[in-house]
Amino acid sequence: MTIPPPDAPLRRFTVAERWIHRATAALLGTTMVTAAFLYLPLLSELAGRRDLLVTVHEWSGIAALVPVLAGLLSRAFRADLARLNRFGPHDRGWLRSVLRRRPHPSAKFNAGQKLYASLAAGGTLVMLGTGLIMWFPRLAPLVYRTGATFVHDWGALLLGALVTGHMWMASNDPEARAGLRTGFVSRAWARRHHELWEPSPDE
Amino acid sequence: MTADERRGTPVGRRVVLGVLALGAAGVAVGARVQKATDGVLATVASKDPTGLTGLLPGGGGFRFYSVAASVPHRSADNYRLTVDGLVERPTTYTLKQLKEDLPSTRLVRDVQCVTGWRVPQTAFTGVLLSDVLAAAGVRPGAMALRFTCFDGVYTESLTLEQARRPDMLVAYGMRDEPITDAHGGPVRLYAAPMYFYKSAKWLAGITVTDEVTPGYWEKRGYDVDGWVGSSNGRDDHPTS
Repeated sequence: MTIPPPDAPLRRFTVAERWIHRATAALLGTTMVTAAFLYLPLLSELAGRRDLLVTVHEWSGIAALVPVLAGLLSRAFRADLARLNRFGPHDRGWLRSVLRRRPHPSAKFNAGQKLYASLAAGGTLVMLGTGLIMWFPRLAPLVYRTGATFVHDWGALLLGALVTGHMWMASNDPEARAGLRTGFVSRAWARRHHELWEPSPDE
Repeated sequence: MTADERRGTPVGRRVVLGVLALGAAGVAVGARVQKATDGVLATVASKDPTGLTGLLPGGGGFRFYSVAASVPHRSADNYRLTVDGLVERPTTYTLKQLKEDLPSTRLVRDVQCVTGWRVPQTAFTGVLLSDVLAAAGVRPGAMALRFTCFDGVYTESLTLEQARRPDMLVAYGMRDEPITDAHGGPVRLYAAPMYFYKSAKWLAGITVTDEVTPGYWEKRGYDVDGWVGSSNGRDDHPTS
């Protein structure tokens, strides 16, 4: 094993992970754009073509599961899912420290990113379930279909706000974006934002 | 991955399960919650000058639905309504003739969409379908009406018996104003007792036929007899 020079870039995401992210972003992005055209009167008037929009919305929503499920074949992706799942002692009080501008060391993902990941995952599954109930009316009686519409409408607003926040954070950090684009980040960036991240030798 | 990162509390999994539980609870009680919030939101939306609250789910107001590629436009001058099929006197009306040659009727009813939204007490002005039919003279053997639209795509249907009800309108006014392009102007159907997909926008033709021809959405699974409250598996309060 060769020892990398001390200033060599760090591998943050593998090729597989970057493609999972891209494909999921494209598919969920499609559902959100079509949703806007289906829901906002101003955009609906521009686009019309309701049945086409509905079909694109439904199938891109279903297809959004594929990259993540296929990604489970990747060891690096599974390892990152495990990281996102587990909250260590340093994650406790992370938000409080951020707000009070106290030091808040994080591992590969900070507590905010972990929370975002789980909220987005849960939210997407809820949208998928309620979407299927509306797509196939015979699945459930009327009262649950109305309930599903209610959850889907409000869920879309909340998930939209969540994803907007996600993109806002990314827009403020070019190097984090470079990490997803190229797979690599500088050691200085990693020290600054993810002090406790200890990349294993295979990363 | 270090052992340290592998331990820790599985908060992520708990959050995912929590969101799923919340979603399931929402599906279970959403119908009841919506009934409660709809009234509140509609009141707020009606007093909100920005109109932003109207965009919230159940915020009241109309949603725009069109199956055509763009909003079609006919001016008051170049609009025509043809009445043909099994009639004694096939006729083509201009908007002016519709307004002047036939008696005007004003209806104030709730508008109920089959997707759930409802706009209370909306005024529509126009000519009763029964007056249009009487003027054209329905021939024996006629059973139904087929409506075509100048968006080139949408179609609708009614039985002759339904069309002769006193709450079936060929409307040229909405909320006491001319109907806008987006709302289906200058002339649209207003089938007050039925779900709003029956109220075809951009009405161009009425053909009297000997049998019901299912309309656009009806070929895609909606009920042909779209009574509010007793069709499409819904139990909304009747509108007429």
